[in-house]
Amino acid sequence: MAGTSGGFARKDLLGLKDLSAEEIGHLLDVAEQFRGLNLRAVKKVPTLRGKSVIHLFLEPSTRTKTSFDIAAKRLSADTFSISGSSSSTTKGETLLDTAKNLAAMHPDIIILRHKRSGGAALLARELPHTSIVNAGDGFCEHPTQGLLDLLTIRRSIGGFRGRVVSIVGDIMHSRVARSAIYGLRTLGAEVRVCGPRTLIPPGLDSLGVEAHDHLETALPGADVVMMLRIQQERLERGGHYFPSTREYSRIWGLNRSKLERWARKDVIVMHPGPVNRGVELEPELADSRWSVILDQVENGVAVRMAVLYLVLGGERAARSEGRGQ
Amino acid sequence: MTQNSKQILDGEGVERCLKRLASEIVDDCDPEVPLALVGIRSGGMPLAERLAQLVEVATNRAPSLGAIDITLYRDDLYTGLEKPSLGETVLPFALDGYGVVLVDDVLFTGRTVRAAMGELHDYGRPRWIRLAVLVDRGHRELPIQADFVGRRVESKASDRVQVELKRDGVAGGAFLIGGQA
Repeated sequence: MAGTSGGFARKDLLGLKDLSAEEIGHLLDVAEQFRGLNLRAVKKVPTLRGKSVIHLFLEPSTRTKTSFDIAAKRLSADTFSISGSSSSTTKGETLLDTAKNLAAMHPDIIILRHKRSGGAALLARELPHTSIVNAGDGFCEHPTQGLLDLLTIRRSIGGFRGRVVSIVGDIMHSRVARSAIYGLRTLGAEVRVCGPRTLIPPGLDSLGVEAHDHLETALPGADVVMMLRIQQERLERGGHYFPSTREYSRIWGLNRSKLERWARKDVIVMHPGPVNRGVELEPELADSRWSVILDQVENGVAVRMAVLYLVLGGERAARSEGRGQ
Repeated sequence: MTQNSKQILDGEGVERCLKRLASEIVDDCDPEVPLALVGIRSGGMPLAERLAQLVEVATNRAPSLGAIDITLYRDDLYTGLEKPSLGETVLPFALDGYGVVLVDDVLFTGRTVRAAMGELHDYGRPRWIRLAVLVDRGHRELPIQADFVGRRVESKASDRVQVELKRDGVAGGAFLIGGQA
């Protein structure tokens, strides 16, 4: 199932970890074409007409789900939505049982968000005729977020090789950070992470990622600063990762004066949303000239269109090989 | 598998055909209606560019030029065996009220043209659409015919037709390449 050079021939998109630079590059190139479509007066093409896409979101999500839904509908797919509270998972049904039942209705794609790391990979293994797109699995990966971050970076600064990206915040629990790190490293960017030591996972060395304790060393020379959301849940649920929101904000929060003091003039600031204004980002920073946060959201739709388009194409290619063409 | 290639037109022949097509387009089109030449990617694009130059020479007015990629509108996207690559559709003008001449290198089943017309209508409402092709090789599967034809050739359904414009270092020409019998 390895990707062919210059294309993307996989049935599923589970993460960026196993993708080659060529596959990621192809995904971004196709997404670039879809960006144009999203600016047209008629934002719809018949490409996925007659295909069914199920959104199986067993963890809360507004932005990602909306973005996937818009992407699927602009490609003319029929979409069906199942969320955590309305699904039988609340009656104790396992993820696999839910998915097998859905698969028996012959959808073409299931887009899964699940709290369990590896949930999407499990479905991809068990459902050979349905394409699985990972929309976030536990602390593992969020590949379409990673791709939209990569597309935003490529459009903003032109490329990856030799560029420096600093990711700041709760790296440990962040699937956003993990997907970004895999993608950025594969494409040749230098990656730094910065945050409280309790939130920096071990094993980053092997990925070639530099860990920093302070913004004072993480910011200088960086082309991109990617701020992560501090999840209030981490504090409330008796987490002892850092003493208080206020202290976190003082040390690892980003504001204008820190940017002006330590960062390059043309640095861009990213954030996967939703922003806790005043915690990881000074309130006005999200709307400042440094911010590309809304570009990320815009690119998200294009990236998801590219993913839906390509996973179905990949399956088709695999099946026609099976027919002995 | 043996492949034999037969030349239908040489580079000069292609150029002569294009000149004739350009003059037919000029004669046929009402000068009051703004004219746009839209090449179907990828084979139609260089021909549309060349035709636009020739039309401009004949009328002293440059027609609008666009490109259309029909990949997303194909009816065989998920059944065809070839892996489609996605190109860019560029229509840098509002289509409404334009006379649009779609340009492609080869007319075969007609499915590409159907897809292209579908896509054009998602961009706007042209006054009319006409079709110019360099080579019509028959085997239509839809009720679609070209308004301007460079050359009609007999072909087998399994054949391929390839067109290359004459340019620096390339002789150019149109070739019929035999497929498996």
